[in-house]
Amino acid sequence: MWSFTQLTHWIDTSLHSCMSADWALFVEFVLIGVAVLAAYALIALFLIYAERKICGFFQCRLGPNRVGKWGIFQSVADMIKILLKELVHINRSDKVLFRAASFFVIIGSVCTFGALPFAKGLQAIDFNVGVFYLMAVSSLGVVGILLAGWSSNSKYTMIGALRSGAQLISYEISAGLSLMTIVVYCGSMQLSEIVAQQADGWFIFRSVPAVIAFVVYLIAGHAETNRGPFDMPEAESELTAGYHTEYSGIQFGFFYLAEYLNMFIIAAIATTMFLGGWQPLHVPGWEGFNRVMDYIPSVIWFFGKTFVCIFLALWVRWSFPRLRIDQLLGLEWKVLMPISLVNLMLMSVVVIW
Amino acid sequence: MKLINYCKNICLGIWHLMQGMYITLLNMCRPKVTEQYPENRGKYEYGERFRALLTMPHDAENHHKCIACGMCMNSCPNGTIQVIAKTETDPATGKPKRVLDKHLYNLGSCIFCGLCVAACPTGAIRFTNHFEHAVFTKERLLLQLNRPGSSQQAAKPAPAPASALSPAAPASGEKAAADRVEPKNA
Repeated sequence: MWSFTQLTHWIDTSLHSCMSADWALFVEFVLIGVAVLAAYALIALFLIYAERKICGFFQCRLGPNRVGKWGIFQSVADMIKILLKELVHINRSDKVLFRAASFFVIIGSVCTFGALPFAKGLQAIDFNVGVFYLMAVSSLGVVGILLAGWSSNSKYTMIGALRSGAQLISYEISAGLSLMTIVVYCGSMQLSEIVAQQADGWFIFRSVPAVIAFVVYLIAGHAETNRGPFDMPEAESELTAGYHTEYSGIQFGFFYLAEYLNMFIIAAIATTMFLGGWQPLHVPGWEGFNRVMDYIPSVIWFFGKTFVCIFLALWVRWSFPRLRIDQLLGLEWKVLMPISLVNLMLMSVVVIW
Repeated sequence: MKLINYCKNICLGIWHLMQGMYITLLNMCRPKVTEQYPENRGKYEYGERFRALLTMPHDAENHHKCIACGMCMNSCPNGTIQVIAKTETDPATGKPKRVLDKHLYNLGSCIFCGLCVAACPTGAIRFTNHFEHAVFTKERLLLQLNRPGSSQQAAKPAPAPASALSPAAPASGEKAAADRVEPKNA
């Protein structure tokens, strides 16, 4: 299977041949930064289009279909529109925190991009505590949401932010516990190691606790993205838009992008931890089948699996009604957390056996 | 016992959620109901009862059925219709007779309630499906429903009062009215 390390090595050697080592390192940093931001923007555009289209299909509509063939440039048009919009300044808001909040939210989700293994050899930085890093960075968004709610000087944003704080911090627990289940099974927190161990079979096919952890993680992750039946922080019928009510223009755009990218990140983490990351589907014993699967590039495997998880999230979103806040917290503390604790114990027993 | 109930509730909950998701998946695969307007122009079948433009059907000899009674004018909640009548001498009997001069209809203030069609005792006016009303000036919305030089149909009035629901009149008038709105692009 073709590896991206060949490409990155070629860039590395050619940079070193024409400039000093420090400059080469600097240029590489810039290149990686540009690549991550470009991927971020492109994935966001695609996700917004996919969301609107699939949401339309679930409601027996066609979705956007005017800008370009099948409306594929709709999200580009949306982006241009949002860039041209005025930033409205709110009277008696906390100016510094108000501006900082949107950056907190978006930085939290951009940072996770650095550690995700997108394909074979395509990973910006491979921490030995990769899972820990992902969880730490992706929960930075809560800070941004709480700041946004506080600094806007509005009732809606305040209530939205407090709900969001309660929700995100609670669901972080079962998401973390279900990721820990896999860490226990695999024995490593390094994402490249986790993916490498799934070469002969994805974790989800290898043990029952992994399946339970996958389901729990999807539910908890879905709640962490503030979407679907768990969109209490921005329940539009009661809170207009929740914590980002007072934002406009590109500052709102940051929240909007971060929401979609968080959905992608949750799906990507689920893919990496449970569905084998970029590893192709291998069935032990079927040599011919395995070889055919190897011909499909690893990028396609990764994004394909991620898209399946995203589709699940959209499907859930358009199927179920919104939960009340006490039902939401009841689901976490009375159902998901006990299940994932028992599941973690079960997994430990399986590993020791 | 409590634990068994707890587990049963969770399993039942998951089962019910899956049923719900199955239904939405079926909905996703159903044919889409969206009609794409400019593309389906002329192809889309509108309902018989669709009310878009008030017209007065004329037959081949340029006759309409209006007896200039003014019922439509009186029933209109908005004062949209103005029936201007004149008196003519009936050539058959030699008596003066009230006939229609101008049936003026202001499309701009019509609310398309259909009360005028329901009130008409002879079924002289009806709603058609011509719905593309956009014009550049307000004056173009002032329409005259009877054609120039038209006259009332021969003595026999329509057998039954036409209601808003039955498209009783012949279709020939529809095109005439449409023609009148058409020059909006000029």
